[in-house]
Amino acid sequence: MSAEFYYGVEVFLNGLMAGVMYSLVALGFVLIFKASGIFNYAQGVMALFAAMTLVGLQTGQVPFSHLINATFGVHITHFGWELPALVAIFLTVLVMILFAFLVERLVLKHLVNQEPIILFMATIGLAYFMEGFGDLMWGSDIKKLDVGIPQGGNVWVENHTAFLGGDDFYGFYLDTLDIIAALVAIVLVTVLVLFSQYTKTGRALRAVADDHQAALSVGISLRTIWVIVWSIAGFVALVAGIMWGSKSGVQFSLSLIALKALPVLMLGGFTSIPGAIVGGLIIGVGEKMFDFLIGSPYLGGATENWFAYVLALLFLVFRPQGLFGEKIIERV
Amino acid sequence: MKLKLATLALSALMAAAPAMAELVYPSLSYRTGPYAAGGIPFADGYADYFTLLNERDGGIGGVKAKVLECETGYSTEKGVECYESTKGEGALVYQPLSTGITYQLIPKVTADGIPMHTMGYGRTSAANGKVFSNVFNYPANYWNGASLAINHLLDINGGDIKGKKVALVYHNSAYGKEPIRTLEELAKKHGFELSLLAVDHPGQEQKSQWLQIRREKPDYVLMWGWGVMNQVAIQEAVNIRFPMENFIGIWWSGSENDVLPAGDAANGYKAVTFHNVGNDFPVFDDIQKYVVDTGKAAGAGDQIGTVLYNRGLYAAMLAAEATRKAQELSGNAQITAADMRNGMEALEITEERMTELGMPGFGPSFKVSCANHGGPGTGAIQQWDAAAKEWKLISDFGPSDMEVIQPLIDEDSMAYAKENNITPRDCN
Amino acid sequence: MLYREAGDFKTSYAEDNQTFPIKFDRYAYYLLLVAAFGVVPFFINDYWANAVLVPFLIYAIATIGLNILIGYCGQLSLGTGGFMAVGAFASYKLMTAFPEVSIIVHILLAGGITALVGMAFGLPSLRIKGFYLAVATLAAQFFLVWLFNRVPWFYNYSASGQISAPERSVFGINVTGPNVDAWAQYMVCLVFVFASAWLARNLTRGTMGRSWMAIRDMDIAAEIIGVNPLKAKLTAFAVSSFFIGIAGALLFTVYLGAAEVGEAFGIQKSFLVLFMVIIGGLGSIFGSFAGAAFMVLLPVLLKNVLVGGMNWPTDVAAHFQFVIVGALIIAFLILEPHGLAQLWRVAKEKLRLWPFPH
Repeated sequence: MSAEFYYGVEVFLNGLMAGVMYSLVALGFVLIFKASGIFNYAQGVMALFAAMTLVGLQTGQVPFSHLINATFGVHITHFGWELPALVAIFLTVLVMILFAFLVERLVLKHLVNQEPIILFMATIGLAYFMEGFGDLMWGSDIKKLDVGIPQGGNVWVENHTAFLGGDDFYGFYLDTLDIIAALVAIVLVTVLVLFSQYTKTGRALRAVADDHQAALSVGISLRTIWVIVWSIAGFVALVAGIMWGSKSGVQFSLSLIALKALPVLMLGGFTSIPGAIVGGLIIGVGEKMFDFLIGSPYLGGATENWFAYVLALLFLVFRPQGLFGEKIIERV
Repeated sequence: MKLKLATLALSALMAAAPAMAELVYPSLSYRTGPYAAGGIPFADGYADYFTLLNERDGGIGGVKAKVLECETGYSTEKGVECYESTKGEGALVYQPLSTGITYQLIPKVTADGIPMHTMGYGRTSAANGKVFSNVFNYPANYWNGASLAINHLLDINGGDIKGKKVALVYHNSAYGKEPIRTLEELAKKHGFELSLLAVDHPGQEQKSQWLQIRREKPDYVLMWGWGVMNQVAIQEAVNIRFPMENFIGIWWSGSENDVLPAGDAANGYKAVTFHNVGNDFPVFDDIQKYVVDTGKAAGAGDQIGTVLYNRGLYAAMLAAEATRKAQELSGNAQITAADMRNGMEALEITEERMTELGMPGFGPSFKVSCANHGGPGTGAIQQWDAAAKEWKLISDFGPSDMEVIQPLIDEDSMAYAKENNITPRDCN
Repeated sequence: MLYREAGDFKTSYAEDNQTFPIKFDRYAYYLLLVAAFGVVPFFINDYWANAVLVPFLIYAIATIGLNILIGYCGQLSLGTGGFMAVGAFASYKLMTAFPEVSIIVHILLAGGITALVGMAFGLPSLRIKGFYLAVATLAAQFFLVWLFNRVPWFYNYSASGQISAPERSVFGINVTGPNVDAWAQYMVCLVFVFASAWLARNLTRGTMGRSWMAIRDMDIAAEIIGVNPLKAKLTAFAVSSFFIGIAGALLFTVYLGAAEVGEAFGIQKSFLVLFMVIIGGLGSIFGSFAGAAFMVLLPVLLKNVLVGGMNWPTDVAAHFQFVIVGALIIAFLILEPHGLAQLWRVAKEKLRLWPFPH
């Protein structure tokens, strides 16, 4: 086999890895959509906010320091302590749970039984609010996120595959961070599936996803379920924030990763957890292979963004409810 | 109703008359949004220098300077709002700090007779003062930057880069595409092979581009990036173990923000610059004494001495010096925007003057003229030392290849003149 | 007291079906028109035109356009930015290719071209519905922006890919370029807004609008009673894109004067206009204006109050601006989930009875 072929394989593998990263973001959307029918526009901002909180707690930043300094004319920035990564992650999860609780209390509770577009808009308001609030709390500079996940091309994989393609081939390049992200995603999905299949809360979640009214009538508290779902989504946002933030540092643009999750959602279906994973993989591989085979050589590159949507569109034309979406039954 | 309330509140605010006997410098900054990390230090440096002049010298020529900050968030529409809201307050010179805002302000400032200084960004061909009477982009522009990077490659290769492969990783926007023409010309002249890799906004996902670099193994990679694209590109370069000393960024890809997230592995990364780095200048002692210690520092005060802070400081210094020149030419201490324009056109920065200001060797010495608004186009290369967490200049301020660049500037500015029915000024 | 319909007799169907059936409303509307056309142009200055009124008017057109698609026909679109880019680039190409033709014609033609592009990207709507349809329009958004960035012909091979509007005039008065008066900018936009709103209002209550609404309410049922979904959906895409194209052309020529496709017409523009539609109220022309006003005026107002009035640092003010806009959106929703237009309707109902509520 020629080196060219193995390079293609390498692009394919990296597409899979990129797809996993997209899936991590898409997962948060799916969870909330499934349980409450809300398309959560704020998911990206939640990832940003979670990552910011993690870094802030880890490095002992004083929340609202800029505001305090501007108001009282003092100069405080840090408490002077640093937390171990695991403690900080744990505390951040608590913050996200508190956030879920507040969202339910202050927003969702008042909007029960509204149309999806109204709830969608409420999450827009939420996104605006959190964008400003997060920056006020932790500042808008770029923060380095380091929870001890190694990154960089995996030398072991490289050395063990270098023999394949002759002199021009260096072995497959796989980012260690991506491999870890893939493992985390597998664990996450497994846990989520087990949780929803075998625990009482999980069954309640599925009941709510099936039918709000029926779930209510058998005594499931919709409000508790929503808090739980938003907490889980907050946790997923934190995982996505850690993985993406390790690469780019924590900064405003982290909230834009939601855009990469949109085609994944449309392709996989809004209501399916496996769909988010498979959709992510298809989008990741599709856009990378297209760029490798056609985009870069013939179209001048940077084609990935739109091709992801075109790919999703092609799938949808044949399956309008997404790959794993529930069958749309049309009745008059 | 809402509209009416808005009207009332707005008109009440608009009625507040601008205070006179001040030199007003609007600063269109962005402390929020995707590029905040780059905008904050620049805005801090710009404001702090004028605060220093006010505190230490009582202003410029006895008149206090006032920095009017207006938040654009890097959005062109907010930029328009900022321009309109500040121009009536006696604005002397605009620093739009965004290529998009620059393009739409070029015709406006020309019509309003206010000068604009786009230092190291904006429309490159504005260097032709015959066409762009009110726009200045001294001391260096992107095309100079491209040439300076290639000059550095020539330096380290003993003057011969024939057959070398150079890849350009660029932000797929007007800004990122700026150097392509120049690099193509230079590739013809020096015989290197140029390959182009576009990265779409915002640039969080660059795997394809870096896999391609890993496959094609270029000898050198140049980068025209901004925002999150910089951090990701440097991280990906580290990931594929690209030798960092062969990776050169433009000045907007060469700040602490860009290299710190990648940690120690970013050691050796280079960037082109047109001003000096670090805080080892006498002026920083004064800033500490008059600005920081008195609690008047802009922003959080934690950016002093960073690359972008220095750039803001440098921009403010050039504006203040142009103001002095304008005061000298017009004979008035309270100058107008038109005076300021003349001052900028007659600006001369010498090494002695920079030493006097406590900034020896901070930038090149140069002279602006009616025909040349672009300055000398000189610059240096800085390199990141990850252990010490600081940038170091590793070359002197050297010239760029104006033989290649000048025809490009003339061609592009003449095309603009033709499209907009501008007759080039006579500069003799 | 003042606002009532007692004594306001209607003797023909035409009178009964008019847009403003209540006399007070009608007079308020005429007064607004007189003020907008006859008074404001004499007092407007550069700041008011460029910071407040012109963007408001242009976004109002875009919002009306998107509202036709989402609010009246029920087809979700996130391609507004891309379609505005089509309008802007079409007007640029036309302006530079045929400098002797009036810019008004160019803007209308730009709208027409956008309508064609919109119809092409509307085709998948026949098969894909709801949130999933957003993917087709998002594909349009990203593809169009990429295309205008990629193909130099669209920006006349300029070095940087920016387009700049050359100077053009209507009846000898400059409307684009640097030497334009505030009132001229304002008047051009106002005329387009007036025409668009008038056209949209009459389209939506005619046959076409009724078929759109039938599709929105239940497409299968509509099909059964004889509404052609192909025709209804594609006309909605065409009309909506026409308005959006005009808004894009005006945004570029009259308001910004120069534009770069990724920055000026990116995905955030699509979301912005969508927010305006939803906040204003789906399926309401008045709501389109209210939504545009909310999203354009509120940030400017907040900025002036926080920075100008209270002297806060600009960054703290900008962050608070986000917090306040976000909190207000949520608060409005909780008070009235169907947008500002519904709030207005409720207020009018209350006013009718005031001061005797029973």
